[in-house]
Amino acid sequence: MTQEKTNLELNAVTTVNDSVIEINELYKSFGKNEVLKGVNLTVNKGENLVILGKSGSGKSITIKCIVGLMDIDKGEIKVFGSDITKLDSVELNKIRVRIGFLFQNAALYDSMSVRDNLGFTLKRHAKDLSAEEVENQIKEILESVGLSEAIDKMPSELSGGMRKRIGLARTLILKPEIILYDEPTTGLDTITSREISELVLEIQKKYKTSSIIITHDMPCAKHTSDRIVILKEGVIHVEGTYEELEKSDDEWVRSFFI
Amino acid sequence: MSTTLTAKKENIISYLKETFYDVGKVTLFALRFFKEVIKPPYEMKEFIKQCYVIGYKSLPLVTITGFIMGLVLTLQSRPTLAKFGAESWLPSMVALSLIREIAPVITALICAGKVSSGIGAELGSMKVTEQIDAMEVSAINPYKYLVVTRILATTLMIPLLVIYADGIGIIGGYIGINIHSDVNFYRYLAQVLESITFLDIFPATMKTFFFGFFIGMIGCYKGFNAANGTESVGKAANSAVVTASLTIFIIDMLAVQITDLFF
Repeated sequence: MTQEKTNLELNAVTTVNDSVIEINELYKSFGKNEVLKGVNLTVNKGENLVILGKSGSGKSITIKCIVGLMDIDKGEIKVFGSDITKLDSVELNKIRVRIGFLFQNAALYDSMSVRDNLGFTLKRHAKDLSAEEVENQIKEILESVGLSEAIDKMPSELSGGMRKRIGLARTLILKPEIILYDEPTTGLDTITSREISELVLEIQKKYKTSSIIITHDMPCAKHTSDRIVILKEGVIHVEGTYEELEKSDDEWVRSFFI
Repeated sequence: MSTTLTAKKENIISYLKETFYDVGKVTLFALRFFKEVIKPPYEMKEFIKQCYVIGYKSLPLVTITGFIMGLVLTLQSRPTLAKFGAESWLPSMVALSLIREIAPVITALICAGKVSSGIGAELGSMKVTEQIDAMEVSAINPYKYLVVTRILATTLMIPLLVIYADGIGIIGGYIGINIHSDVNFYRYLAQVLESITFLDIFPATMKTFFFGFFIGMIGCYKGFNAANGTESVGKAANSAVVTASLTIFIIDMLAVQITDLFF
């Protein structure tokens, strides 16, 4: 199933002003190594924003700062209008529940089965659900990522693509409004990468999510993006649609699309 | 020459700074336990699972070492006591040595090797594979789920394992005595119980709670703060054993001083 967007659809999405994430002048360094040097970024509601950049350019650090996994040096990160850098842990957790995060290697809990991986998060945030309701929700989410049969498997029994899907299912179980994907197709073969990219689009349509997708995989970027930004030397170097950036005058920008 | 001295001075200052920084981090990590342990929700299921893993699964190892401790101590002490015609004191001597010092320290050291390194490697691996981050972004407190449960389990299970090792050691002592002579078990046990007082058991048991707390805390700290990369998992496990073992000896030394002061 291919779900390529038409230019008309792309324009419709990018003209929405209702931003869910707004990053202003974000600085982050590790010792003397300044990684982010004033990143400004906005993610609009319902939009898939792809961040490109060379390895070590700070793409993953940016999304880790958005969920408060890393403290920032300077700047402002507004998620749903709240500056998460100024929130206490209770308030931050209320925001985190509304954000899903797919880690590069899925980060499934090794000691738990697929059922428990999904149920672990759900039971803690939906305490009024009965055991039967929890089970039904787990099955429903697994069905939506096409892995109903994996419910009793352990993470060690899953392939790379399956792990990514289960990771995505675990992310979706709390019905997040924003999903942050950290290299969702890295380490996967072409066909599985394509399947994951399609799943990202399906999720956007079905759950009306806004997303940031970090990737080096250009077919994935082309397939999933409404808008692309490229990070260079700690700042956003350029911004536009896939088609616009592909025809950029900047040779360095074009080099990503070869 | 002066450049070399300045460089050395800077190295020493930087080393001291790092040491103080680390001590501060460990202290904050340990203090956080007391804050988190009283706050709901309580992770009872994980706590019980950890008690099973740390306590029940250590039983075979503690049984073997406890038995050997009692047996060897009896066989080694017998010739010396025989020289002074004090062989009849053997049950009392073995029981007191085991309960007051040998069983707590040896059991704690074994648990430092098995449990502390296990926790360090497990949490280190979770850290490296971003499982701890995954919990955090799901708004689940990983400290409460992973650290509090493990520290509580070690604090509770190590004293129980030590008491168990005491019992097994005493049985080992009985078999040691019976290799050279024929002593009735009830008579042996009566002599052991006669020689043990509350003041032998209480301080020895109290220190094992501290052993347990630090075994868990050090394992968790090392794992929780593992750097990126698989190599750091091994380092976390190794460092947990070394630090926990050293801490056991330091606590033991302090416990002896405090016991001398008050009892």
